[in-house]
Amino acid sequence: MIIELGHYALVLALATAFVQAILPIAGARRGDKALMELASSAALVCALLVAFSFAVLTFAYVTSDFSVRNVWENSHSLKPLIYKISGVWGNHEGSMLLWLLILVFFSALVALFGRNLPETLKATVLAVQAWIAAAFALFILLTSNPFARLIPAPGEGKDLNPVLQDVGLAIHPPLLYLGYVGFSVCFSFAIAALIEGRIDAAWARWVRPWTLAAWTFLTAGIAMGSYWAYYELGWGGWWFWDPVENASFMPWLAGTALLHSALVMEKREALKIWTVLLAIMTFSLSLLGTFLVRSGVLTSVHAFATDPTRGIFILVILVVFIGGAFSLFAFRASRLKSGGLFAPISREGALVLNNLILTTAAATVLTGTLYPLVLEALTGEKISVGAPFFNMTFGLLMLPLLCAVPFGPLLAWKRGDLTGAAQRLVVAAAVGLSVAAVYYYAMNGGPVLALLGIALGVYLIVGALTDLVLRSGIGKVAGSVAWKRLSGLPRSAFGTALAHTGLGVTLIGIVAVTGFETETVVEMKPGMMVEAGGYSLRFDGMRPGRGPNYTEETGHFTVSRGGVAVTEIWSSKRLYTARRMPTTEAGIRTFGLSQLYVSLGDQMTDGGIVVRVWWKPLILCIWGGALIMMAGGVVSLSDRRLRVGAPTRAKRAARLALGAAE
Amino acid sequence: MTRKQKRLAIIGGGVSFLIAAVFLVMFAFSQAVAYFYVPGDLAKAALAPGTRIRLGGLVETGSLKRGEGKTITFNVTDTLGTVPVTYTGILPDLFREGQGVVAEGAFVAGSPVFVADTVLAKHDETYMPKDVADRLKAQGVALGGKENIQ
Repeated sequence: MIIELGHYALVLALATAFVQAILPIAGARRGDKALMELASSAALVCALLVAFSFAVLTFAYVTSDFSVRNVWENSHSLKPLIYKISGVWGNHEGSMLLWLLILVFFSALVALFGRNLPETLKATVLAVQAWIAAAFALFILLTSNPFARLIPAPGEGKDLNPVLQDVGLAIHPPLLYLGYVGFSVCFSFAIAALIEGRIDAAWARWVRPWTLAAWTFLTAGIAMGSYWAYYELGWGGWWFWDPVENASFMPWLAGTALLHSALVMEKREALKIWTVLLAIMTFSLSLLGTFLVRSGVLTSVHAFATDPTRGIFILVILVVFIGGAFSLFAFRASRLKSGGLFAPISREGALVLNNLILTTAAATVLTGTLYPLVLEALTGEKISVGAPFFNMTFGLLMLPLLCAVPFGPLLAWKRGDLTGAAQRLVVAAAVGLSVAAVYYYAMNGGPVLALLGIALGVYLIVGALTDLVLRSGIGKVAGSVAWKRLSGLPRSAFGTALAHTGLGVTLIGIVAVTGFETETVVEMKPGMMVEAGGYSLRFDGMRPGRGPNYTEETGHFTVSRGGVAVTEIWSSKRLYTARRMPTTEAGIRTFGLSQLYVSLGDQMTDGGIVVRVWWKPLILCIWGGALIMMAGGVVSLSDRRLRVGAPTRAKRAARLALGAAE
Repeated sequence: MTRKQKRLAIIGGGVSFLIAAVFLVMFAFSQAVAYFYVPGDLAKAALAPGTRIRLGGLVETGSLKRGEGKTITFNVTDTLGTVPVTYTGILPDLFREGQGVVAEGAFVAGSPVFVADTVLAKHDETYMPKDVADRLKAQGVALGGKENIQ
């Protein structure tokens, strides 16, 4: 009964979305206040209905109600509670419901915290949000109903894919969706601006916090997914240029560009049309990502089940929304007045360069991701586009951007002084090169390119801090004055510095792992030793064990340095009994920012076992940098500037966003 | 600079960057992608030794030699042809005889053995690499197991 209520709530949510999609926009056209105000209440009701529906599905999972087909297919009564809950979105139907839930959640936030928005803008934005919500609710109800019953109910479930039974899965999809779907708000604002034919600096001020929040979540989601793949799949890789990863990376690149162009629009009223276009592109890439992942055109861990009708349905949504948005843009963009003059060498110029490179980079990733699909459709020829392609194109294109990043904040608006900025960055460059030299000495040599990469990373970090140092006058004025000036700087200045520092830290991690990691594959018998990263690992033997829904064979290793035992590593192979599916649980030990990573292979006939040992120098920098970038996003969100209009309410919104980000 | 010149400078810079990016992408497509083959195609393909390809098919039942050191050998077959493959390292958890597999690597000059550096197996019990399933279906190979292979 409760299951049917959940299903019914979803149908009601669809009906509410239709109301919210049509009436407020009619109200905005005719100046009818009552109709416009309907948007907010409809958005709240819709959010509550979807939340109820989601809660019902969660309830079915927690109570292991196998009369629901979706639960039977993806759960098991012996599964630990946390994986029963995370299993709700560990499958196609449930994850689409989560997608919808987050979408209506964002609509509700606009309804709640958008009281200072002009009422026609607010009504239009909410209506556009409802178009998207209606399309996806329809998709779920028609092709992917999570509430479908199974009669007679089986006694036991088929269990969740063991690779997905991990804390990473509990967090990764919600974070990623908060990012993906968060960009829908920017999209709706862009469409509303086009419908209204009016856009100004205030518009950019409303859009920027949403972009920031979505970007922060997306950064978290991608970093989380990368770390999850790293420790869960047991291959020791942290990024595979897999189409599914690219699907989340493209909106991130476009979103990063949007973040920067909205800044130009807000401060200087320039790049209006471009910002609107970018907002549309960013969410279009999110939709494309959803299509790629959910339609089954790609086969991967993420393509839970493949059903052609679903693919076609999402493709239709994709074509209608992206096509519609771009047509609207083509017809109405000329109405938006452009303004704001600036010289090519200026803060604006630097941000344009940022946008140019980021969007081009996103385009190359898009090409590399879609080309194999298109080629196969046209000629039947199958190719695989992997890391070599992306390193050659994306990697090379990003280089000039990385060199230019510290220049941005040092250039003045309108007309900047390039030589002056370069002089101020000499220190950063010098520090970068000396750190690389020290690293070269410490590592007894190494690939020159990797060393230059590390120098670039350090230069980015020092360069980002240079801006703060110069603005506060540290070293030039008395300490107390400098402190006062530093604490008086706008939060967004710290946000920028943090985000750029994070970029440098991530770069260092990527370069260090790529250039200096070691990988050893050896056949070991108990008592044998293997060396990695200056540590010796002694294999002590295997022992069997069992968990709630699996059995395992665990290898034990003693790690020592200079003859002294430091720590131990356990690495195991599990067999999940319900699906008869084996998984590798890599043994990982952290030393500072570096890690030892041990995976087990085949048991030998003579009692030995194949062991793969990696030394991953500075690998934690990759995700640590992402954390710093996120901190930058959160700090920027708390900037006074974004609380324009109604300070108290906006403060609450910022706090809420902060709370949600944690 | 006048407004027009400034705009031209920005647009000119942007366009030349884009053109450079397009050439880079085209160059990378000619160099850095791997084509997919099944064993039956290889005879007519005439590959230069060392060309990176993806080889897909089924792991021939009875051909897998593991448990004798870290180098593993097995045969990939599509019933029209069979290719011996060597791989050093740890096979994916789901690698099994009689199941689909994709190996990435190259042929060494003067040897029929395919040296793989990456081996991908299916992700769960109902999954077979799409490339493999399509080719096998096209060649009329009966696919064992579940019918919903995509």
